[in-house]
Amino acid sequence: MQTAFQIGRDDNVATALTELQEGQVQLNADASVATLSAREHIPVGHKIALQDIEAGEKIVKYSVVIGEATVSIKAGSWVHLHCMKSCYDERSSHLDIHTGAPTDIEYT
Amino acid sequence: MNDMNRTWSAYLRQDGRKGIRNRVLVIYTVECSAFVAQEIARRSGNLDVECVGFEGCTDNEYAVRMLISLIRHPNVGAVLAVGLGCEYIQPEWLANIAKEEGKPADWFYIQQSGGTVSSIQKGLDSVKAMLEQLEKTPRVPMTFSELVIGAECGGSDYTSGLAGNVVVGNFFDKLVDAGGTAIFEEIVEAIGLGHLLSERAVDEKAREDIECTYEKALQYCKSVRQYSVSPGNFAGGLSTIEEKSMGAVIKSGSRPIQGVLKVSQKAEKPGLWLLDSTPDPHWMQFGITNPNDNEGLMDLISCGSHITFLVTGRGTVVGSAVAPVIKITGNSATYAKMIDDMDFDAGKVLDGRTTQPALAQELVDMVCEVASGKLTKSEALGHKEYFIPYKFQEKEVVRRACEQ
Repeated sequence: MQTAFQIGRDDNVATALTELQEGQVQLNADASVATLSAREHIPVGHKIALQDIEAGEKIVKYSVVIGEATVSIKAGSWVHLHCMKSCYDERSSHLDIHTGAPTDIEYT
Repeated sequence: MNDMNRTWSAYLRQDGRKGIRNRVLVIYTVECSAFVAQEIARRSGNLDVECVGFEGCTDNEYAVRMLISLIRHPNVGAVLAVGLGCEYIQPEWLANIAKEEGKPADWFYIQQSGGTVSSIQKGLDSVKAMLEQLEKTPRVPMTFSELVIGAECGGSDYTSGLAGNVVVGNFFDKLVDAGGTAIFEEIVEAIGLGHLLSERAVDEKAREDIECTYEKALQYCKSVRQYSVSPGNFAGGLSTIEEKSMGAVIKSGSRPIQGVLKVSQKAEKPGLWLLDSTPDPHWMQFGITNPNDNEGLMDLISCGSHITFLVTGRGTVVGSAVAPVIKITGNSATYAKMIDDMDFDAGKVLDGRTTQPALAQELVDMVCEVASGKLTKSEALGHKEYFIPYKFQEKEVVRRACEQ
């Protein structure tokens, strides 16, 4: 079974407890929604959008703002470096989506 | 809350504090006397005899204050200081500080004792006499209100913020409500959350101290060009420093923050405290903030922690000198894989096998057992790590960083 965990009731993302493929995902008992449909592959430990999130809207986890959306995000999508950025660290929108390595400096 | 009224038998010290262990600390005052000191501890064959020390021959006030805080620590009953004979730190001073605390103490220089073999024998004789004296330490009941617990995380993964640090936060709320003292650290892992911490300050002084400490950590990160987040964190699913910070800060629970402790400083009143382990300016000359987990644990212990929590996701095996370490993981797979080393499985909450309140209660039970004398996994295995680096730190929070 595919599962994800929502921490704060007002969070708009949950954390994948298993590797997610397209299809139904079971949330923890005290989450704001019981189930949700994943739109794409999401690695374990990564975030899934619980609702549609507009570009510029805050990403909320732990009931705390952890960054903002850089593009519109559909419910069930993978939420990571390609669609959100830090409100503090200006380098955070220049990170490789898979390795997390910075891409804003070219080493030659 | 009745279960927080439980008591256990503790060791009474002259200053009125109570210890949950009755240890003999063998201290080396320079790397040159480390082998002799370590051999004394090892050959004593007693888990309550342990070794710590500082490698430097030259002066570092931070390190000396750290050693003194360990000598005064309530879990320590007696002290043997072993020097080579030409270093800066004077073993006689350390022994005298222990004696002032009413603790059996002894010291010697290896150069005056005839070398390795006779020094080890001299130390063993001394330790044996101390252990006999420690049998007479008065035993008294102790409660959660007298307990100090410190928490940090290391080898974190996505479960730390979901389960491991959450149970520590819930436990800390219970401990603080019971009148106890909780200490959390890793201010460099609070970047992005300065306002969340400062608005929890109990009063204006605490608020200013937290703001200055946060600002210093931010300046430190900028000057060393490194935030406490790495490619591995991103690959593991954390998208921003704020997200990682929140996973770390959640272990502080929800109660008001009484203020900021510097390394080796005792909390003047119970409640929740933020520990600042970041070097003060001169930092580029002297010290980095958290070179490894054991340095962080030592910082928490230097502030009087009787027990520390080390929250891990990926797993770690370390223990510590002076205070037992309870290793908590939010990752049940890690718990199963490293069952000989992990004390507490907080991952059960993620697959619905338990609830957060029930988990916090389980941690209360475990703390009570450990305070009563039950060995943690790392204690039983003989893990006695310690790490005391060269560092520069002011004795109090410096205001200039945030006044600029």
